Amino acid sequence: MISLLRTMALTFLHMFRKRETIQYPEEKVVLHPRWRGRIVLTRDPDMGERCVGCYLCAAACPVDCISLQATEDEHGRRYPAFFRINFSRCIFCGYCEEACPTYAIQLIPDFEMAEYNRQNLVYEKEDLLIDGQGKYPGYNYYKVAGLAIGVKEKGEGDNEDPPIDIHSLLP
Amino acid sequence: MAVIYIDHRAYEVKAGKNLLESCLTLGFNLPYFCWHPAMGSVGACRQCAVKIFKDKDDTQGRLMMSCMEAVKDNMYLSISDPMAKAFRSQIIEWLMTNHPHDCAVCDEGGSCHLQDMTVMTGHAYRRFQYPKRTYKNQYLGPFINHEMNRCIQCYRCVRFYKDYAGGKDLDAFAAHDHIYFGRANDGVLENEFSGNLAEVCPTGVFTDKSLKEHYTRKWDMTMAPSICQHCSLGCNIIAGERYGELRQITNRYNGEVNGYFICDKGRFGYEFVNSMNRIQQPIIRSKIPEAVDKNTLYNHLKAAISNRNIIGIGSPRASLESNFALMQLVGKENFYQGISERDAQLMQTILHTINSGHVHTPSLKETESADAIFILGEDLTNAAPLLALTVRQAVQRRPFEKAQEIGIPSWHDAARREFAQEKKGPLFIAYPTKTKLDALADNCQHLSPDDIARLGFAIANLLNDTAPAPQEIDEDVLKIAQHIANTLKRAEKPLIICGTSLHNEAILKAVANIAVSLGSEDKKASVFYVVEECNSMGLAMMQAPSLEQARAALKMKEANTVIILENDLYRRDAKATIDHLFEQCGELIVLDHLHNATSNQATVLIPAATFAEAAGTLVNNEGRAQCFFQVFRPKNENFRESWRWLDEFRQFKKGASLEDLNEPGDLMAELVTLMPQFKGAEEAAPSADFRIAGQKIPREPHRYSGRTAMLANIQVSEPKPPEDSDSPLSYTMEGYRGIPPAPLTPFFWSPGWNSVQSVNKYQEEIGGAIRGGDTGKRLFQKVSAVEKIFFDDIPTAYQALPGEWLVIPLQHIFGSEELSIYTHGIAERTPHPYAVISRQDAEDLNINENQSIRVTIAEQDYELPATIRNELPSGLVGIPDHVSGLSGISWPAKGILKTIAS
Repeated sequence: MISLLRTMALTFLHMFRKRETIQYPEEKVVLHPRWRGRIVLTRDPDMGERCVGCYLCAAACPVDCISLQATEDEHGRRYPAFFRINFSRCIFCGYCEEACPTYAIQLIPDFEMAEYNRQNLVYEKEDLLIDGQGKYPGYNYYKVAGLAIGVKEKGEGDNEDPPIDIHSLLP
Repeated sequence: MAVIYIDHRAYEVKAGKNLLESCLTLGFNLPYFCWHPAMGSVGACRQCAVKIFKDKDDTQGRLMMSCMEAVKDNMYLSISDPMAKAFRSQIIEWLMTNHPHDCAVCDEGGSCHLQDMTVMTGHAYRRFQYPKRTYKNQYLGPFINHEMNRCIQCYRCVRFYKDYAGGKDLDAFAAHDHIYFGRANDGVLENEFSGNLAEVCPTGVFTDKSLKEHYTRKWDMTMAPSICQHCSLGCNIIAGERYGELRQITNRYNGEVNGYFICDKGRFGYEFVNSMNRIQQPIIRSKIPEAVDKNTLYNHLKAAISNRNIIGIGSPRASLESNFALMQLVGKENFYQGISERDAQLMQTILHTINSGHVHTPSLKETESADAIFILGEDLTNAAPLLALTVRQAVQRRPFEKAQEIGIPSWHDAARREFAQEKKGPLFIAYPTKTKLDALADNCQHLSPDDIARLGFAIANLLNDTAPAPQEIDEDVLKIAQHIANTLKRAEKPLIICGTSLHNEAILKAVANIAVSLGSEDKKASVFYVVEECNSMGLAMMQAPSLEQARAALKMKEANTVIILENDLYRRDAKATIDHLFEQCGELIVLDHLHNATSNQATVLIPAATFAEAAGTLVNNEGRAQCFFQVFRPKNENFRESWRWLDEFRQFKKGASLEDLNEPGDLMAELVTLMPQFKGAEEAAPSADFRIAGQKIPREPHRYSGRTAMLANIQVSEPKPPEDSDSPLSYTMEGYRGIPPAPLTPFFWSPGWNSVQSVNKYQEEIGGAIRGGDTGKRLFQKVSAVEKIFFDDIPTAYQALPGEWLVIPLQHIFGSEELSIYTHGIAERTPHPYAVISRQDAEDLNINENQSIRVTIAEQDYELPATIRNELPSGLVGIPDHVSGLSGISWPAKGILKTIAS
């Protein structure tokens, strides 16, 4: 009996508490930068596509909703020929972002992706690619990778010695 | 056997092996780089360190490289000793100091031995902060990509390329930490086995360039066990698909056949599957439009097939199932081999010799242990490339055995090579021109085909004087014959290699005589036959008449509908003959993958599935039946297995209507009942209802990605994965994850071993058979030899008639085979057509090198640049077999040589 009354009292007291519910969509929810929402593909500081088509995001994806095909431009720079995320399957776990070695794929604080038609939740590369660096500015994968693909020549990257002259016997 | 103690536990291991092999055989995960099961140890990378103790009571121990230590009885060692572990992890850390940050864009990633070993040793964080060493790359041709920054200097590439495969244009350059592996200058890697560098290299220095064009990680491919279709050896391969396209061929270890390596034609020759030249739709030429759907085709064929006598022409490159389905459709009396009379005769001679019980047909692996080899009329490097590789190993066997006598173990690669130097075992070659293997041979005889046969007959006579001897044989040749005969007689495992490349029956008969003279009841002579196509032997075993007789039957108006199965007849016989054959046909129904000269003549053209889209059984040259499985369901539903089409037509013929077509029954079982010579072929792979723990075997690795997105652009609801009722393999990633039987191994993977090196875990012992037995069932029964019968139709010595030349086909690994030329890299490596003439003829006719000459064969003119060879006997002309339109010739051909007046 007492517990019943106590419960009613507690519930009654909640009327005077600060409200957690917000009047969405009139009122917008505050989302933090690391909130895991819609997935984007970013560009490097030179505005080149960051994605190098390594397939790690696709492999990490627990629901297998990422599918892509790597291809190369005339310099040998790898980029995705197509990049597809089926958001109707995506669980926004962020494993793809964790797996990405180039900071290309990022989850951003946006969840307003509702659609009436499920087919519209299939995002292609043109829907995913943004014109910016997202959360990690300044990183250019090809500057630190060993490949020479038009971004830099062999030995001109960060932390690289000039190419070895194989005819030299000097130490 | 020896007992060794690893971390205080006793294990029984084979004596004579090295510790690393033994540990891996026992299932331990011991990292290594420079050691390779086929190439032995050199102790270059220092990665496989273990701690070895003096005796049971020794607690101090010492670090040793396990690959350089022989197994000894009562040996105490520790793999998990903290010092050994730390040492291994530090070695990786050193190797990684210069390794670029490339994994994301490296084609090796996901099947990288260096990645696996780094994770295995636990090196996770880079402490070295100083700049990395860089190198400039080289262009190495259409097959192999070079990215030298990734090198960890294990020397495996040059050890494979130079020491194992006999290549000359890849080497180590520079000194100390500047070591560079590449060519002296940019250029195409010349060796026919260069593709193996992609598998031999533990990291991504050498990668598969054809894969790069449609790059897919190993874990993303749908893979199935398959058999190479490009020559008669039947190498086992793994074919991988992604997005409806065949993407990569890798080696599938088979201890009996191809071992660890395949040739470049096999590895890169797959692009015909994705070719634009594929027949996409059934075509009925009398209809407008020509391309029709399945139902129209069925209705048309129903009328064409029922109640009519049809002739079926089989194919040496189609599976047993397809050939058999055709035979069942047309009836045994109307089924013909799709090869010329001469070639059919050659195959009959081979089968006759094998069935006589006097010869043993060794497996490819067995040829590696031969200690005296005599090759008659074959250019192995081009006709059966991997055989050239095994012969290369066999030639080194004797000096290596000598090394063992002075205590150098067989796995101690550097030491035994140092000991052997340039010493070689006996190898004799008789071929009209120079071949690549000549460099290894004791003696090369450049003779005309008939003279090669005469040399063979002479040797047979010298081995056993009841064998007939050739008349009027040259004194010098006799001397050579004596030398070869003595060597073969002395040898413990003599091997004779011959084949059908020169289309000369006398050579095969001479070899049969040698085999009969050389062998005895308990020790039969080994003869390795090189035949033309992947299922030549299987087709020959069906014992059907040849094309010539099909033509005769057509002429007699016994039938006027012809079905041709996966066969471009213009490659089999003279153009005029085939034209004549086609003129006799009313309805010409052709099933094939690609448009070609024969399919252009068809009135009804039906698209057939390639090896990647079909399942089937092939019989290789040693009579081993092996199965290949469908890799993927093609997007184009018209790409159906020939046997499926043909079986439906059979049902039509029996009066079935369109609606009640059944799935084909068990064709192999039917084949074996009807033709007992194929007994055993049905057991070449487990049947379709085979399950392990109630599960199918998945074609996809467990990390396969993109399942719910790859088709989402078409329809967001995922379709049900296709079901495979024809095999125990499934099209999904679900199923049995352990080690399946060898014929059903779709890929090699083991926890912690993502690269192809995981094959270690599939073998009973390193370098031995796959667990549960290697792929394939040998069909040739053991026959006890009847009395010694010799062939006595010895040809006379070849004498060139004035104004007439004998034209011989010269095989080319790149270009001579029909399907592989659709790979543009292979097309790039294909030689330009040429005509080889002898120095004597060149002088007589006043022809200069590269001067255009006209070769007339059976009223067909070929204008070709002349190549003058000193060694070629005069009166012979060699032209590349089937290269760039040099088809439609009936071999052996007589030709007329003329200079072109400019």
